[in-house]
Amino acid sequence: MREPVGNGAEGVFARLCAAGARGREAWRGVFGVPDYDAYLAHFRAAHPGETPLDRGAFLAWALERRLAGRGPRCC
Amino acid sequence: MNRLLSILLWGVIAAIGAFAFATFALKRGETVNAVWLVTAALVTYYFAYRFYSKFIAERVLQVDPNRATPAFRHNDGMDYVPTNKWVLYGHHFAAIAGAGPLVGPVLAAQMGYLPGTIWILVGVVLAGAVQDMIVLFVSVRRDGKSLGEMVKMELGPVPGSLALVGVLAIMIIILAVLSLVVVKALAESPWGTFTIACTIPIALLMGVYMRFLRPGRVGEASVIGVVLLLTSIWLGREVAESGAWGPAFTLHGTQIAWAIILYGAIASSLPVWLMLAPRDYLSTFLKIGTIVALAIGIYLVAPTLRMPDMTRFIDGTGPVFSGSLFPFLFITIACGAVSGFHSLISSGTTPKMIESEGHIRMIGYGGMLTESFVAIMAITAACVLDPGVYFVMNSPGALIGTTAEKAAEVVSSWGFVITPDVINQTAKDIGETTILSRAGGAPTLAVGMAQILAQALGGKTMEAFWYHFAILFEALFILTAVDAGTRVGRFMIQDMLGHVWAPLGNTEILPANVLATVLCVAMWGYFLYQGVVDPLGGINTLWALFGIGNQMLAGIALLLCTVVLMKMKRERYVWVTLVPTAWLLVTTLTAGWQKIFHPTPAIGFLAQARRFAEAAASGQILAPAKTIEETQRVAFNNYLDAAVCGFFVVLVAAMCVYAILISLRALRATQPTAQETPAVPRAEGAAYA
Repeated sequence: MREPVGNGAEGVFARLCAAGARGREAWRGVFGVPDYDAYLAHFRAAHPGETPLDRGAFLAWALERRLAGRGPRCC
Repeated sequence: MNRLLSILLWGVIAAIGAFAFATFALKRGETVNAVWLVTAALVTYYFAYRFYSKFIAERVLQVDPNRATPAFRHNDGMDYVPTNKWVLYGHHFAAIAGAGPLVGPVLAAQMGYLPGTIWILVGVVLAGAVQDMIVLFVSVRRDGKSLGEMVKMELGPVPGSLALVGVLAIMIIILAVLSLVVVKALAESPWGTFTIACTIPIALLMGVYMRFLRPGRVGEASVIGVVLLLTSIWLGREVAESGAWGPAFTLHGTQIAWAIILYGAIASSLPVWLMLAPRDYLSTFLKIGTIVALAIGIYLVAPTLRMPDMTRFIDGTGPVFSGSLFPFLFITIACGAVSGFHSLISSGTTPKMIESEGHIRMIGYGGMLTESFVAIMAITAACVLDPGVYFVMNSPGALIGTTAEKAAEVVSSWGFVITPDVINQTAKDIGETTILSRAGGAPTLAVGMAQILAQALGGKTMEAFWYHFAILFEALFILTAVDAGTRVGRFMIQDMLGHVWAPLGNTEILPANVLATVLCVAMWGYFLYQGVVDPLGGINTLWALFGIGNQMLAGIALLLCTVVLMKMKRERYVWVTLVPTAWLLVTTLTAGWQKIFHPTPAIGFLAQARRFAEAAASGQILAPAKTIEETQRVAFNNYLDAAVCGFFVVLVAAMCVYAILISLRALRATQPTAQETPAVPRAEGAAYA
């Protein structure tokens, strides 16, 4: 695995991929899905020994919160 | 150098703004290009954001970027997460943006483009954006508590409970009125009905795709969804023209109302990933895309505003909604100028995710300015239409009849000259059989958008496609709102029932869930059905109720902000919230009073109720009722509307009394008495995570 830096075509491609991943994460954030990796890091630090939600369960939780939550939306 | 650049830049912006406004001032009575309207709005937003919101943030609220926000203090990676300000801005905007700013301004266009535009701009700068921003601030300083909880904390338990009942009442009315907008758009329109019906299987397919076939691939599923939606618009024309299928999708208003009621009950009972989530993605994409396309379209096409700056209907005799400019303009345009609903969002997930108090200004104030811009586009699209077409589309059948000839005659007699040929040609251009009496905003906006977009892209032959695209986009996010709103209403009803008998409040018990869902749907369904059979077309009744309710909620939120400023001992700057509060109270209470007691039946609920009750008592049948029973029901409905309106008025009056008492107490106190969460510096706060 090469580092996503460099000047060749591969470097540009890798940087584009990284930017794409950040864009996707931001886009998810707009839809109310927090960053899963940050959650994982936080969970491991704060609750050692317990099992965190897996990615699917985390997404499902975020979806529930956004769409079936108690807070009204829209007008 | 930077300073010089900044001064130059501001000079140029100020000059553009001054020129745009001067164009309006000098060309009174002549036609004005819509580009100036949009430009004037943008410059106003820019200045308001740059100066007024900065003043509020730094001087009035004294936001402290070093103070740890709830996202840092309670960081759990889920509910409380420090979030990038641009991402949170998008999240906040997606939550506040709905159909509201697209409907109100279109209805208000009956008074001309000027009153509505001025109210949208002045309202958002001094009231709407101020409310959103300060509520967000107040909530951030209180661990992200909700509006209801904060009213309870700062004003007491009775106002807290009252506010919750008020919110439920507005939810019910808004679900009914938004559904009515869809009914008005789809009645007798096989093309529209087919296209909207198609969104259900498309959403189900996307839901299954994202859950099982390619888990989490939102982008792929959305592309598939958009392609299928466009295909369904294209197919819709074939269906509408087909002898066999056309009649099957040609439904009356009451049939569509029942279909939406049934849809609301079933959809809100399904798991969210199956239908609601995909529709939510689709409607968000379409909304952003369409608004951007419309803005570009207006600048490319540069259409002229054909609606006069002010029409004679400012006197209260307007066919779209009755009542004079004051107070009815100010409750008709709620979202886009000031919307109480936003106070629920600003005290929802946003305050739990904000990274720094320094972002409150951009997210709270800036988010609302963007919403306001949507309202400006809506009023522009309505005002570039031929005014004759506008009034034909928005006047009830009781006034203009049901044929193009009669409608042309009546509308021309109001001074907006139009011929039956123009009416029929407009209907033909957009691929419909009739454009008569399609009040509710969506169809009018769709025709305006279709004309702008078709000129920019595709020409005359594409107009019908763009019209149905616009209808699809509005109906899609209204139906998404109906689904999500019914779920919220169900929770609120269960909360309340839980106080009566605990098991009813348990969301894990199926019968309790079903009961709450049925109650919620029955309530908004009743108002929807009433609106469909209403003699004045429904919008006249329900939109006013919604407007009064929404502004009442804004009044409550701003009263809370005022009380909090008083308790913070910032009374020097209390005018920032007091002025908009006073204005909202005056307009809401006047409008509420007139809607109940006005002697004109088109305005006053009681007068209308008496008219129908007396007719029924003497054995007369008043149109549109066809039997004595229906005549009696219209009378009952109007008594009910008067009661709902009365409830809103009493509620806001009670809140006002509480707020005054508590503010006076705060004024006498020598120390700040606001119940903020104790300040923790940011770095230390982060360590708690």
